[in-house]
Amino acid sequence: MQSLSDLWKFLRVRKKYWMLPLLVFLLVFGGLLIFTSGSAIAPFIYTIF
Amino acid sequence: MAENSIYILGISAYYHDSAAALLKDGVILAAAQEERFSRQKHDSSFPAKALAYVLKEAGITLPQVSAVAFYEKPLLKFERLLETYHALAPQSCLSFMTSMPVWIKEKLFMRSMLEKSLKNFLPPGKSAILPPFCFPEHHLSHAASAFYPSPFDQAAILTVDGVGEWATTSIAHGQGNKITCLREIHFPHSLGLLYSAFTAYCGFKVNSGEYKLMGLAPYGHGKGAAVFERKIRDELIDIRADGSYVLNMRYFNYATGLRMYNLKAWQRLFSVPPRPPESAEIDPAYMDMALAIQKVTEDVVLRLSQSAAELSGSANLCLAGGVALNCVANGKILRSGRFRHIWIQPAAGDAGGALGAALACRHIAGEAPRIPESGDAMRGTYLGPDFSNEEIIITCRRAGAVYRLISDEDSLCRTAADLLNDGQVLGWFQGRMEYGPRALGGRSILGDARNPEMQKRLNLKIKMREGFRPFAPSVLEEDRDFYFELEGEYSPYMLLTAPVAAAVRQPYPEDYEQWNMWQRLYFPRSSIPAVTHVDYSARIQTVNRQINPRYWKLLQTFKELHGCSLIVNTSFNLRGEPIVCTPEDAYRCFMRTEMDYLIMGDCLLAKADQPPWREDENWRSQYVLD
Repeated sequence: MQSLSDLWKFLRVRKKYWMLPLLVFLLVFGGLLIFTSGSAIAPFIYTIF
Repeated sequence: MAENSIYILGISAYYHDSAAALLKDGVILAAAQEERFSRQKHDSSFPAKALAYVLKEAGITLPQVSAVAFYEKPLLKFERLLETYHALAPQSCLSFMTSMPVWIKEKLFMRSMLEKSLKNFLPPGKSAILPPFCFPEHHLSHAASAFYPSPFDQAAILTVDGVGEWATTSIAHGQGNKITCLREIHFPHSLGLLYSAFTAYCGFKVNSGEYKLMGLAPYGHGKGAAVFERKIRDELIDIRADGSYVLNMRYFNYATGLRMYNLKAWQRLFSVPPRPPESAEIDPAYMDMALAIQKVTEDVVLRLSQSAAELSGSANLCLAGGVALNCVANGKILRSGRFRHIWIQPAAGDAGGALGAALACRHIAGEAPRIPESGDAMRGTYLGPDFSNEEIIITCRRAGAVYRLISDEDSLCRTAADLLNDGQVLGWFQGRMEYGPRALGGRSILGDARNPEMQKRLNLKIKMREGFRPFAPSVLEEDRDFYFELEGEYSPYMLLTAPVAAAVRQPYPEDYEQWNMWQRLYFPRSSIPAVTHVDYSARIQTVNRQINPRYWKLLQTFKELHGCSLIVNTSFNLRGEPIVCTPEDAYRCFMRTEMDYLIMGDCLLAKADQPPWREDENWRSQYVLD
């Protein structure tokens, strides 16, 4: 959580809000791809997409 | 009694050359690169072994550390990556897809990664908490590593490297405990990456082979190099009067792809294909190319130093960043006369960022005052582990090594001087290990610089590396002007190149320019041929009596007995291997090569006396060629 809080503070200080949607996309989908590879929930992810 | 000292830990990691450094009340206690312990060249992993060492050296545990400084701002670096990919899409897709998984999984959560690694150093129990973190910018870390340990109260600071977060080049002014940034050049325009692109094109490894390109440059011919230089200036880089520059990104791929240069564009421009890595012969075209990019680099660095002088109004200059390891360019700055004094951080590359981050944390974030030390605060950069005679003897016994103990230092130095004079190659393992890429008499291989066969022997039989590469001299500080045109300056860290003095040179024949590389290399250019490069230059280490008394005594004894104040000094390692750290590493390296003698502490080991060395022949495959 500390890292996400840092990330939000960083976007605010640098005024780079345009990166927010891209970051959310990367974190959600990238995270899914990385952390579910080889896991038990992988088949469910494939059926969603 | 409770101790009130303030310890600050600096860390560089996760890119290349990870390292740890520790300050105690502003004094640099210890610093070391992880590669020396892990035995993986340019190891970029979390520096766990180096960290364990610096804590042990200080006799403290992690909870006693007041702050941990990481050498760059990971989120700012991520911003640069995203903006670059966004601006250069769709060409940047491949690079984006390669780098993002690592960032999303690890680097974006750098604080968590650091916490996780550091928690292994906390004592068991729930009470211990981690020290607070500090993240100075990459170039600020470099600038801090250059200015704070320097002997100057105020100085211009020039840092040039590949890239940090955004900055690739910066000019700053240091005064007291403050560093003020005056000017920056941002990615993708980077002198360091331009040099690295040529390093790759000439068949050497990026982030490691740049110094080979620098060593190759003097073999280039003026005419051929001039053609390349014109093309570089016309097409690749636009250099302004103040040293600022813009790269023509049509010729470079590093911002968008996985290669440094745009292959088709470079082939069209230079009419020379890239040199296959590790190819045995080097075509003269690559020597000309090396000379051309070296000249361009020197031109930019000289202009930048002029700007640094004007913007800061200072007569002192501090240098750091990977490009500050280009000792030929440093020598040009020295001889330009723009500065009264120059001081270069010996760990100028990213490993030095660990020290710089710790110093920035203390003086900028912590606002601690700074009192410059005469000489400098680096203690000769002997900041790594030391081993006692007892530890060395235990190692020798364990290995079944035959050794002779010479406890009297005068006798030891006399023996070493006589061996060198007899043409023997000597491993020299003494005191604390050096921090930074140069061996400076702590972990060195030594030879007689007057011996015309020495360079060939050291390159091919001992170091097992390319025959063209030059060697550097260690010279008594007091006698430096007899051998070199150093303008009265000192070069304690082997980071300045200067011409060999006219008195010791031997003139070239008229048709010398037409000779091939090997003919020029083996022509005796001076009375100290092993350390005189083909253009009469030498990369010098001046040895100070107070900083390294035993090494100074060896040189002094060599002078008294054999009439020469300098010797060849090269790092104690094989090609592709990190410099040795422990007595075990040193004995292994000694036995794997044709080195004749090894002196570790007070122990003398002769190769002829040692039992046969039995080892799997595949040991060479451990080391990736650099």
